[in-house]
Amino acid sequence: MKYLQNIGLALFLLGLTIFTSLIILGNYKLTPVVLDKVVKNKAIKSELFIEIVNNKIVNETFNEPFSFSAEIISAMEVANNAHKQNSEWNKIIWDKPNSFTYVFVKQAGQGIVKENKRLFWWLTFGLGILGALLYIIPNVIVKGPPGVKNNGIWFNAATNRGWIGWFVFVFLVGFYLLLYFCPNYIVNWTYLVDPISELLSGNLASQWFLYGFLYCVVMSVMALRMYIKYRHNKYQILRTSSVLFFQIVFAFLIPEILVRFEKPWYDFKNAFPLDYDFFFSWNLDQLIASGGLGLFILVWGILLTLIIVPVMVYFFGKRWYCSWVCGCGGLAETLGDPYRHLSDKSLKVWKIERWMVHGVLIAALIMTGFTLYSYFSGVATVLGIKVQTIQDIYGFLIGAIFAGVIGTGFYPIFGNRVWCRFGCPLAAYLGIVQRFKSRFRITTNGGQCISCGNCSTYCEQGIDVRAYAQKGENIVRASCVGCGICSAVCPRGVLKLENGPEKGRINSTEILLGNDINLMDLVNQK
Amino acid sequence: MEHIVIIGNGISGVTAARHIRKLSDKKITLVSAETDYFFSRTALMYVFMGHMKFEHTQPYENWFWEKNKIELKKGFVHTIETKHNILYFDNGETLKYDKLIIATGSKPNKFGWPGQDLKGVLGMYHKQDLESLETYAPNNKVCQRAVIVGGGLIGIELAEMLHSRHIPVTFLVREASFWNGVLPQEESAIINREILSNGIDLRLSTNLKEIISDEIGQVKSVIIEETGEEIHCNMLGLTAGVSPNINFIRDSEIETGKGVKVNRFLETNISNIYAIGDCAEQHVAIGSRRPIEAVWYTGRMMGETVAQTICGNRLEYKPGHWFNSAKFMDIEYQTYGWVWAQPKEHEKRFYWEHKSGKKCIHISYDKNTHEFIGINTFGIRMRHDFFDRMLSKKQTIEYVLAHLCDANFDPEFYKLHEQEIVGKFNYENSTSIHLKKRSWKRIFKTN
Repeated sequence: MKYLQNIGLALFLLGLTIFTSLIILGNYKLTPVVLDKVVKNKAIKSELFIEIVNNKIVNETFNEPFSFSAEIISAMEVANNAHKQNSEWNKIIWDKPNSFTYVFVKQAGQGIVKENKRLFWWLTFGLGILGALLYIIPNVIVKGPPGVKNNGIWFNAATNRGWIGWFVFVFLVGFYLLLYFCPNYIVNWTYLVDPISELLSGNLASQWFLYGFLYCVVMSVMALRMYIKYRHNKYQILRTSSVLFFQIVFAFLIPEILVRFEKPWYDFKNAFPLDYDFFFSWNLDQLIASGGLGLFILVWGILLTLIIVPVMVYFFGKRWYCSWVCGCGGLAETLGDPYRHLSDKSLKVWKIERWMVHGVLIAALIMTGFTLYSYFSGVATVLGIKVQTIQDIYGFLIGAIFAGVIGTGFYPIFGNRVWCRFGCPLAAYLGIVQRFKSRFRITTNGGQCISCGNCSTYCEQGIDVRAYAQKGENIVRASCVGCGICSAVCPRGVLKLENGPEKGRINSTEILLGNDINLMDLVNQK
Repeated sequence: MEHIVIIGNGISGVTAARHIRKLSDKKITLVSAETDYFFSRTALMYVFMGHMKFEHTQPYENWFWEKNKIELKKGFVHTIETKHNILYFDNGETLKYDKLIIATGSKPNKFGWPGQDLKGVLGMYHKQDLESLETYAPNNKVCQRAVIVGGGLIGIELAEMLHSRHIPVTFLVREASFWNGVLPQEESAIINREILSNGIDLRLSTNLKEIISDEIGQVKSVIIEETGEEIHCNMLGLTAGVSPNINFIRDSEIETGKGVKVNRFLETNISNIYAIGDCAEQHVAIGSRRPIEAVWYTGRMMGETVAQTICGNRLEYKPGHWFNSAKFMDIEYQTYGWVWAQPKEHEKRFYWEHKSGKKCIHISYDKNTHEFIGINTFGIRMRHDFFDRMLSKKQTIEYVLAHLCDANFDPEFYKLHEQEIVGKFNYENSTSIHLKKRSWKRIFKTN
């Protein structure tokens, strides 16, 4: 069994190595035909840019994407500067350099990967999946009978912030930096999923399609790990199935199929303000221009945030969203599960968390306020600030750096809910509802707690669950996403996630159940 | 300002300190020789198993003590001088108190086995035991076999700990079935099976005769009393129960028996000295409880109670209905009320076991009045509050079974067995109890 697992690990690492090294493979050559096509597609009006590209790049062969991208970007900068001096505003290319370049690189790429998309899919995704399954499935036997088996987690360099953890951290951060800021360097990765993308939406794969597909694959494989690890716990099994379903169907398949029918790409479960650009003018315009479905999405998006989300939180707690539906939560609960114990439980970090997460919520609301004011009034500048600038800053800092690079990249260091705990504006909003108006609580079972601390250790949100349980108090916390792991790891059956009556939900106790001190005596003495 | 000194920073001492602080601004000093900060002894096993780090076993962050003005003093108390209210430490220091709380807990029992003080022979109680275990049994290369003597809760925990590091374990249990002095034979049999199915070499009705040393004074093997068999091992765990850790008090004026003798107010024979937790021995046992109870929550309750007394609200220690819990490998156990190993004269029993052989409930009730006396549950979590109410209101077994859905505390979506359980009772007793649907209103009713 161990042997099988080692083979699996080797295959997985091989697939990962091939995947990583694809970046430097292949040639890049821009033909006049392709240039024409891109110019038409992107509606480029700068003759100067086209001229420079024609002179310096067309029919030249580059061995890697970096110098090729650099040439395009330099042409773009030269052209833009000239147009700015001549005040030819309509000719300026306003796109972000790296994403503008992506289209050229994707089209200009040549060589082994582009010619053997399916073969390389198998050599990367295929080997990775097969290897991971070979590593994961034998755990049914290796880890012993069903039950909580957290043996050795704090001794393992992968899960105790050891060298493997730091390696994974560097890899993930690097991946997100490339994905968000240098898609022009990873076109070879997108070739791998072109066939699948064409099947679904009819288009070649963008970096976002690649990300969506990879996300689904990683979640599926790691969900299988969850099924095995928690096969004794039906709550965990159902919850894992639920997040997997919503990711694959709602976040991946439906939006791609919508695109196939020339409808706007939309994830029906992604609620504002997590979906922070829902009210951006380009989105509103696109929705309004998309007829009945567009209007439905518009109304649905507003209803989701204003009515559906809070009402569901009232009945079930924010868990219905955060650990049953949400994509970010879905990744955290599958890929991130091996890192859940790394969240910081100190009071100090709880204080930081509250400032940060509510700060992001306020920032999202202010940004959206500016956006909507600008949309309806038609002005581009509100209170002397360009709305576009605010949107860009939010998108960069929160949308990309916080949610992506830090949110997932930091899994092996700060635990799997960094984004959900410190950054997600929707989580902040749901948290306020959960704390003050909800039937959800984690019930503490009388006086059974022995203060062992498994619950606190394995709380991904860094809640010191034990601090409540050992006092016989129920846990009612804004940040609790209801993953149910505290209850699962408790050796004494002390914790249960419940949706009960609101009355008595928060039960601060003077004396725990079992100690028959006459409480009236106590009160009278005070 | 009155100075309260507490010897022992376990759950009893710490609870007392916290509650005294809540109720007063007296000067409080917590003395311990074991660790700087309070930790949860019950969690030591998870540190060895790699579920947690030692710091996770500490329920309060290190700033907590200073913020709450609870002084921590590391030191080993050698003598208590009751006439002048002075503690003498083994390094010559002294500490004066106005009131003293003894909360020194337990120490593992040793029964005078030859070789019991050899290297590699250890109990599983103190933080230092965990450190020895890391020395003598860090993995299955250093420790090719471990032997455990004593069939109680700590013994099976130690077996699980060693098993988690793939160290072969031989488990010597004096009784004919695991923990059958406490559990009825059905439950005991489930645990026997659980131990065996984890690949542990369980030897029932087996006593330790002798511990053999190697040339450097470390345990090399043990000899079995009954068969004379020699079992080679690199580590021996002695887990044959615990007794009060009060040797340093024996020569003082404080009255002791097995533990420090206390009355219902947890007062000793010396007026300003109290004893709580595992080391306290009641003059007269309370209800069906034992005079000394080495249980986590009784230590906590005594701490809560003595804090009231010390702060001027003299309160009797009144532990409510008996309850407890444990986990045997993968099987969780809870108990509410009393289900003795052997039924008493007036009792009748009802037993249900799931076909998996890993879940069961065992209910004891009065054969004449049908009053509910107690329940053991394996593999099914139950609500403490529910059974506490049933016991206080002296409900019948019929009432308890009809409301069993209210009692269930398993995570949501778990398969429920109430229907099957009630069906079995109806069948065996020719009754027609109708199972009521779960009601939040009843569950969360206050009183």
